[in-house]
Amino acid sequence: MSDIKKPGMSRRGLLKAGAVGGLVAATPSIFIKDAWAQEFRNDPKNTGELKLGFNVPQSGPYADEGADELRAYMLAVKHLNGEGDGGMLNTFKPSMLSGNGVLGKKVTYATGDTQTKSDAARASAKRMIEKDGVLMVTGGSSSGVAVAVQSLCQEQGIIFMAGLTHSNDTTGKDKRRYGFRHFFNAYMSGAALAPVLNKEYGSDRRAYHLTADYTWGWTQEESIKNSTEALGWQTVNAVKTPVGAGDFSQYITPVLNSGADVLILNHYGKDMINSLSQAVQFGLRDKQVNGKNFEIVVPLFSRLMAQGAGDAIKGILGTTNWNWSLQDEGSKAFVQSFGAEYGAPPSMAAHTCYVQTLLYANACEMAGTFYPPEVIKQLEGFNFDGMGNGPTLYRAEDHQCFKDVLVVRGNENPSSQFDLLKVVDVTPRAQVEYDWTIFGGSLGPYEVKM
Amino acid sequence: MDAIFIQILNGLDKGAAYALIALGLTLVFGTLGIVNFAHGALFMLGAFCAVTFQKLVTISAKVRDEGVTAFVAYKEQPYLESWFGDTGRIIIDYSVPLSIMLAIPFMLLVGYVMERGLIKHFYKRPHAEQILVTFGLAIVIQEIIKAYFGANPIPQPAPDILAGSANVGSWVGLGDNLVYPWWRLIYLCFSGLIIFAVFAFLQFTTYGMVVRAGMRDRETVGLLGINIERRFTVVFAIAAVVAGVAGVMYTPILPPDYHLGMEFLVLSFVVVVVGGMGSLGGAVMAGFLLGIVQSFASMNEVKEIFPGIDQIILYLVAVVILLVLPRGLLGRAGVMDD
Repeated sequence: MSDIKKPGMSRRGLLKAGAVGGLVAATPSIFIKDAWAQEFRNDPKNTGELKLGFNVPQSGPYADEGADELRAYMLAVKHLNGEGDGGMLNTFKPSMLSGNGVLGKKVTYATGDTQTKSDAARASAKRMIEKDGVLMVTGGSSSGVAVAVQSLCQEQGIIFMAGLTHSNDTTGKDKRRYGFRHFFNAYMSGAALAPVLNKEYGSDRRAYHLTADYTWGWTQEESIKNSTEALGWQTVNAVKTPVGAGDFSQYITPVLNSGADVLILNHYGKDMINSLSQAVQFGLRDKQVNGKNFEIVVPLFSRLMAQGAGDAIKGILGTTNWNWSLQDEGSKAFVQSFGAEYGAPPSMAAHTCYVQTLLYANACEMAGTFYPPEVIKQLEGFNFDGMGNGPTLYRAEDHQCFKDVLVVRGNENPSSQFDLLKVVDVTPRAQVEYDWTIFGGSLGPYEVKM
Repeated sequence: MDAIFIQILNGLDKGAAYALIALGLTLVFGTLGIVNFAHGALFMLGAFCAVTFQKLVTISAKVRDEGVTAFVAYKEQPYLESWFGDTGRIIIDYSVPLSIMLAIPFMLLVGYVMERGLIKHFYKRPHAEQILVTFGLAIVIQEIIKAYFGANPIPQPAPDILAGSANVGSWVGLGDNLVYPWWRLIYLCFSGLIIFAVFAFLQFTTYGMVVRAGMRDRETVGLLGINIERRFTVVFAIAAVVAGVAGVMYTPILPPDYHLGMEFLVLSFVVVVVGGMGSLGGAVMAGFLLGIVQSFASMNEVKEIFPGIDQIILYLVAVVILLVLPRGLLGRAGVMDD
């Protein structure tokens, strides 16, 4: 018979292992900081650089907005690396950013083209994650894209700092642990706009909605309907229009005889330009209905997009996330920096993208690591100021930023070529906050299996 | 009644655009036998003639924008305004109709070069290859326009005097509340004029008579010693001009972008097929018919009964017509029957 050693552990071995285990458990975490560092995707390790992925529409209908986002990202990278005048690095507080890169690493970037199509956006984000090795993905000009890329980033364990996305779903039913939105949403637009609509147009109005037939349009229509009906307005009709319809005349002409005295255009981008221009051409703004002036409302306004509508935007009410005319120190610093670099003021999309990059970089500094779960924990519940819009909170429960919302009107007498929107009201943050559970959804886990 | 009247106007207006594009498509198909998928791109090129003309008349000096204090910004002051005052302003204001002067020679040239440089090499090739090459050409044209003009729509306002709406209700005794944009009415009249001109050219001129004869029997016309190919090249160029000027005049209705042609192309092919391949009258009739049908399908009363009908109505009507009349409304035997 051969002498076979039985597997298992001796009593003495067990005691030794227990002692070592206890020692490790009792060791203060500062001594094992970065112990998780080898466990996450695209860890920059000793490469000396941190690569970010800027996924913006470089082609397709929102290419101009994408170009402005990219300009803002490049400016943010400059400022993070200590070049230029520092922009909002000088006003952002509390901040650990010093213009020395992030955690001592130089910030670099890769770019992708979302084409404002969910599939293309996912493909370009995947390429940046897998081929370029980016540690964070950011950008975009559409809620459909944001929801799709956010979901991919959750699967990949890569943080997604959303660009321009206004649907309630992004931080509602489709929210993800790895996704963060600085931009405001449709609910907040409704909450901010309603008091101004009440003041300007009264509580006895009949509204007709034309709505882009996709996630953003649906949630905006719902939010604006809820807000205006709470004022006492009636909703005469809500008609879905295909995205990219081009000629909206067949949707606008029924409004003429509907008995409505307000037209609400839940459109963005090219659809907004076309539907608003055509509504004005059809003489809606010159009409008197129910003894009142007919009014048009565009709940989500963008200065960049408004340029395309020309004079049609004059006098039209809407909301915007940010405007370059704001006079707080952060906005002034950003506008000056951006204007000096590019000869034009930043759009609201550029602003949100710039801020998102700085927020991510600062969260890494605060966490002392690039390990995503720790960075996420720093962003969750983070209170900050000095980035425009006043004191802001990144709510932990749904990763939605809460800040003041601007109600704007198309400027009747612009003082410059860029002075297209006039701020008529700054709605305080408290007025646009809501219970995060109303939109459902679940954030998902911090840890992601690779 | 008001709603029905306004939807008829809407349908005629929409149909006018379909009819003009379909007319050019049918001309090319009827003469050269080519299925030209680049025809939508010609409509878009015409629209960008208006954009180019506007850019030419608004070539500007850069002057400091005093309204911007946060940084050094410049705005543009058109030289025409500085040099000629009100006359310059009027030229800029009327840039859309004036740009037809640029569009006609430019589109003639484009049509000629396209036919001689590319299309003629595909006359005897299968329709599938013609479609592939012309579709590829459309994409190339589209991408060139995007690279040069960007992706955003570029507004082309109608002249100030025509920017408002006409009180069409009072014209037909339906009350003052019924209005319709002036420019859309002008577009409708303009389309009628172009359609009439094309038909008159083919019907009442010797040149047109030869072209019609060539459409019927190319070989016999050739045996008479007439260079029918050269005449067909001219017809191709005329089709390009029709698409181009239609595009120019459409710009105040829909700010042009690089994708404009594609938006109309598919619908225009439906129009051509419904009208009957090769039938000019059929193309025009189908254009207006489908425009009106599409407008009525978008009425809320209709959509309450058939939700989403506005999205599919054109194709539904096309299927029904082709089931009843397999050659389309005015299609002739022997055309695309194989």
